[in-house]
Parts: sequence; C-alpha cells; structure tokens
Amino acid sequence: MESVGSIIMYWIIALSIVVFSVLTVTTRKILRSATYLLFTLFATAALYFKLDYEFLGAVQIAVYAGGIVVLFVFSILLTSHPGHNSERLVSRRRVLGLVASVATLVIAGYALVSRCGMLCTKLPQMSNPDMKTIGTTLMGSGDGQYLLPFEAVSVLLLACIIGGVVVARKR
Amino acid sequence: METTMIYYLIPTLIMFCCGVYGFLTRKNMIAMLISLELMLNAVDINFVVFNRYLFPGQMEGMFFTLFAIAIAAAETALAIAIIINVFRAAKNIDVTDLKKMKF
Repeated sequence: MESVGSIIMYWIIALSIVVFSVLTVTTRKILRSATYLLFTLFATAALYFKLDYEFLGAVQIAVYAGGIVVLFVFSILLTSHPGHNSERLVSRRRVLGLVASVATLVIAGYALVSRCGMLCTKLPQMSNPDMKTIGTTLMGSGDGQYLLPFEAVSVLLLACIIGGVVVARKR
Repeated sequence: METTMIYYLIPTLIMFCCGVYGFLTRKNMIAMLISLELMLNAVDINFVVFNRYLFPGQMEGMFFTLFAIAIAAAETALAIAIIINVFRAAKNIDVTDLKKMKF
C-alpha cells in the first residue's frame, strides 16, 4: 500500500500532464502553446522523479526546459508577432485531426486494456541508480554498457552544430 | 489504491494523441514541432515506465530515454535553423502558404 502523499502526488502529475498537453495543442496563441509545453515537460520530469530516476528527471529539466523551450520561445519571437492569434481552423481539418487522434486513442487504449494482466503489476522495489553505476554504464565498453552509442551521439551533436551554422548563416 | 503501470500509461497515451491532433491541425511550422515534442515525450515516459515496472534492476529503458532526449534536442535545433531560414526566404512559416518547393 502506498502512502497518501505519493497518491496525491501521482494525481497532481497525471492531471497536469493531461490538462497541459490538451492546452498545448488547442490554444490559439503560439507563445502560450510553448509555455504549456514547458509545464508538460516539468510534469514529465516530476514523473521521472516519482519513479526514482533522479538523473533522468534532472536531464529532462536541463535539456528540455532549459534548452529546447528557450529555443522555441526565441524562434517564435523571431518569426511571428507576439499576441497574434492563429486563424480559426477549417472544420474539415479539425475533423481530420480529431478522427486520427481519437482512432489512435481507441486502438492503443484497447490494446492496453486487453493486456491488463501484465499491466497490473505492482511497483517493484528498486534502489535508485546512483551516479557511479550510471557513469560506468554510460562509459563502459563491456556487456550491456553504452560507450558506442555515447560516441555516436557526440558525433551526431557535432554534425548538428555544423549543420545548424551552415543552414542558418547569412549568405 | 495502488498505482500500477496502467495509471502511467493512460496519461501518456492521451499526451501522444494530443500530439497527433496538433501535428495534423496546426499550420504554423513551430507549432507542429511543438506537437512533435509532445509525441516524443510521451514515448520517452513509456520507456521509463516499462523499465521501472517490468525490469527494475536494469537500465535499458532509462538509457534509451537519455539518448532519445539528446537526439530530440539535436533535431529541434536543426529544425529551428531550417524554419528560420524558410522565414527569411518566404516571410512566412505557414505550411499551407509555402508552395515554392512543391513539385
């Protein structure tokens, strides 16, 4: 049995994930959309903390909230007038989007619920992965360690830096 | 009440569907990119939840999420560079108005 505080925490996180992600796609001001995305990402980080992955929650806050959302806000301010409403949706487009998303919801929800036996597993005990374990797993080259993907990501980031400079510079 | 796995998977499912809806209905490129981030984030949470509940001693899901976050950051930076370049060329980033590159 879990403590009451943990259950209350869960409901706050789940409700804020649902509410803010709906608001992100339905609000008509794009700057507000970016702000609601920030709240959704914070709720996700809280979820990671609640599931005992502190390192992942810290990475989520640092990279998403600190990097990506700031990038979004800057590019929104560069490309559109603040306070400008996006025009009202054509109903055909809205119906198409609603049909696709509700179909996804129904199909994936049915698949989830029909596997309910596996999904009702209780939260098993786990000690939080400490920094030493994470570091050796990330940097080791042995079995089940991740040196190669780490290096591949570093090369990818280098390519991304060069690509960004080449694409965005003035000619 | 026990918070079993399904309690985490349902909110992320709703988040993913919001991403699909936004990606199909938005016309501004940056708003589409924001919807894409929502979808990626929902999938990341799913990896972590499956890792935590089914394989609590291992860290595969956690590291997959870590690399997915890094790749999402790279992808967003590059996409925003492209979008700003398009804005400089066409003064507009609505996908319905950009007809120059259509074949």
